[in-house]
Amino acid sequence: MYDLIVIGGGPAGMAAALEAEKNGVASILILERAEFLGGILRQCIHTGFGMHYFREELTGPEYADRFVVPVEQNPRIEVKLGAMALELRPGGETHTVIAVSKSDGLLELRAKAVVLAMGCRERPRGALNIAGTRPAGIISAGAAQKYVNMDGFLPGNEVVILGSGDIGLIMARRMTFEGAHVKMVCELMPYSSGLTRNIVQCLDDFGIPLKLSCTVVAVHGKERLEGVTIAGVDERLKPIPGTEEEVPCDLLLLSVGLIPENELTRGAGVPIDPATGGAIVNQNRETALPGIFSCGNVLHVHDLVDYVTLESQLAGAGAAEYIRRKNAGETVRAPEYVPTKAGEGVRYVVPQQAEKNEAAGVKLYFRVGGVHKNAVVRLYANGKELARKKRPRLAPGEMEHIEIAPRQLAELPEGAELTVEILE
Amino acid sequence: MTKEIICVACPVGCGMQAEYAEGGSIISLTGNSCNRGLAYAQAELTNPTRMFHSTMRVEGGPLVSVKSAAPVPKARLMDCARATFAVRVRGPVAIGDTLLPNVCGTGVDLIATDRTI
Ligand SMILES: Cc1cc2nc3c(=O)[nH]c(=O)nc-3n(C[C@H](O)[C@H](O)[C@H](O)COP(=O)(O)OP(=O)(O)OC[C@H]3O[C@@H](n4cnc5c(N)ncnc54)[C@H](O)[C@@H]3O)c2cc1C
Ligand code: SF4
Repeated sequence: MYDLIVIGGGPAGMAAALEAEKNGVASILILERAEFLGGILRQCIHTGFGMHYFREELTGPEYADRFVVPVEQNPRIEVKLGAMALELRPGGETHTVIAVSKSDGLLELRAKAVVLAMGCRERPRGALNIAGTRPAGIISAGAAQKYVNMDGFLPGNEVVILGSGDIGLIMARRMTFEGAHVKMVCELMPYSSGLTRNIVQCLDDFGIPLKLSCTVVAVHGKERLEGVTIAGVDERLKPIPGTEEEVPCDLLLLSVGLIPENELTRGAGVPIDPATGGAIVNQNRETALPGIFSCGNVLHVHDLVDYVTLESQLAGAGAAEYIRRKNAGETVRAPEYVPTKAGEGVRYVVPQQAEKNEAAGVKLYFRVGGVHKNAVVRLYANGKELARKKRPRLAPGEMEHIEIAPRQLAELPEGAELTVEILE
Repeated sequence: MTKEIICVACPVGCGMQAEYAEGGSIISLTGNSCNRGLAYAQAELTNPTRMFHSTMRVEGGPLVSVKSAAPVPKARLMDCARATFAVRVRGPVAIGDTLLPNVCGTGVDLIATDRTI
C-alpha cells in the first residue's frame, strides 16, 4: 500500500512526485513503462527547454536530468522501470492500479491517491485520409526523432514532411544535419502551428520550403515509398483539382498533432473534456473522481515543458493535501465550484472548474482557435469583466493564460461562469 | 540597404525591417519590441550564429546527445554536423563533458547533454 502512485515517469510524473514528497507524502511509487525516466524529453536533443522555469536554455535530456537525479536520490520515492500500468480501478478509500513489469510480472498495487501522467502520443496515419498504397517509409515525426536521436538510425534520405508542428520543424533540421535531403514541409492550414523561431531556425536557415495550404493527396510505391502527390487546398481545406504535383521521396514524416493517452483514464470512468482530450479537472488538477489527479500532456497537449512542470507541481501538492486530509480523518465537504468556459476565439480552458475559496487565486490556461494580431484577452463572469490583457500575437500553437485573484473568485455570485474570450 | 529579419531571440518572433550600411552596421530598425531584437538583427547582418545540437557515438555503446557550448557561425553548422559523424567518444560520459573541443576551428566545444550511466 502506497500513499501515492504516479503513472508515467516523464517530466509531469517526476515533478508531481517530487512536489508531493516536499509536501509531506511519505511513500510514493512511480510506474514507468520505458527503461528510463524522462519521457519524451530524452529524444528532444535541441535547446529551448527551461527558459521559463530555470531561466536557462537547456536541451531535453538536460531538463529531464534536473528531475531524474532528485527522484533517484529521494528515499521516499520508489521507481519501477519497465512497468506498464494496464488498469486503474477507482475505489472509495483506496485506488487500485494493475500493472505488468518484466521483473515483477503482474502487480496489483494500492494507493490513497493516483496521479495520471502518461503523456501523449502522435496521431497515427490511420487518423489521416491519404489515398494510395501502404508502403514502408511513412512514419510519425516523433518516431523519426527516436530513431535518429536514440537509436542512431536514419530512416530515409529524400524526405517530405506533412504538418508544420514543432516536432516536424525540428526534425527537418535534424534530418538535414544527418545528411538527408528535406525537400519541403507541407501544411494544410494557411498558417504554421509551429513557433516562428522554429520556422526560421529549422527551415529558412537551410532553404527548406514551407508550403502553406497544401497537403499530400496520394502516396506511391509498393514495398517502399517512392513518392507523394501534393496539392493545394481551398478555404474549406479541400484539394484544388489541377494543382497536383508529384514529389519523389523515400520518407514521409507525419507531424499532424498529438493526442493525450487516456485509455486508462477512460477505463476508470474519469470524465473527459472533448475539447482537450484529457480529464476534466479543478485548480489542483484533481479529476471528478476524488484522489485521482492528472497533469502534463495527458491532461492537455503542452508545447513548453516548463508549463508541464508547473502544472504537475499543482497536482503533486493537491495530492499531498488530499492524502494529509485522509490520514487526519478529516471529512471533506463537497467544494463549491465555478465552471470555466471557452468564449469567442478560445478553443479550451484548463482547469474546467475552480474552487471558490482557492486562497492562491487560479491561473486559467487556454488555447485560441486561430491567429490574432494585437488582440485583447478578456476574462468575465455574469457580464462583469474581471481581467484583461493585451497580446501582440496569439496563435493556436502557443498556450496562453490569464489569472483570477482570490478575492474576485470568492465574490462570484452563485451560478457564475468564468469565461475567457478574445477581442480583436 | 534594407533587409527583413524575423527575431528568434524569444518566442514572440517579431518581424523587423533593418536599414543598414555597407559592412552590416544598422542605421535604423523598426518592428522589434525590445533591445534583444536589435542585438539579434545586428548579428544577423554581420555574423549570424546558431546553437548546434546533434548526437555522437560512444564506443561500443549507445548514442549520447551533444550541444555546442556557445553559438557557432551559422555558415559552419553543416561542417559541425559532418565533424560529429566521424568521432567515437570513449564512455562513460557525464552531462557537461567536453566531447569535441574547438569543433571545426570555431573555438567552441561540443559538450554532452546526456549521460551514459
Ligand atoms: C514526440 C514528441 C516530441 C516532442 N518534442 C518537443 C520539442 O521538441 N520541444 C518541446 O518543447 N516539447 C516537445 N514535446 C512536448 C514536451 O516534450 C512535453 O511537453 C513533455 O515531455 C510532456 O511531459 P509528460 O510527462 O506529460 O509526457 P511524456 O514526456 O510523454 O512522459 C509520459 C511518460 O509516461 C509513460 N507512460 C505512458 N503510459 C504509461 C503506462 N500506462 N504505464 C507506465 N508508464 C506510462 C511514458 O513511457 C512516458 O515516459 C514533444 C512531445 C512529443 C510527444
Ligand atoms: S524583438 Fe524582443 S520581443 Fe521581439 S522576438 Fe526579439 S526578443 Fe522577442
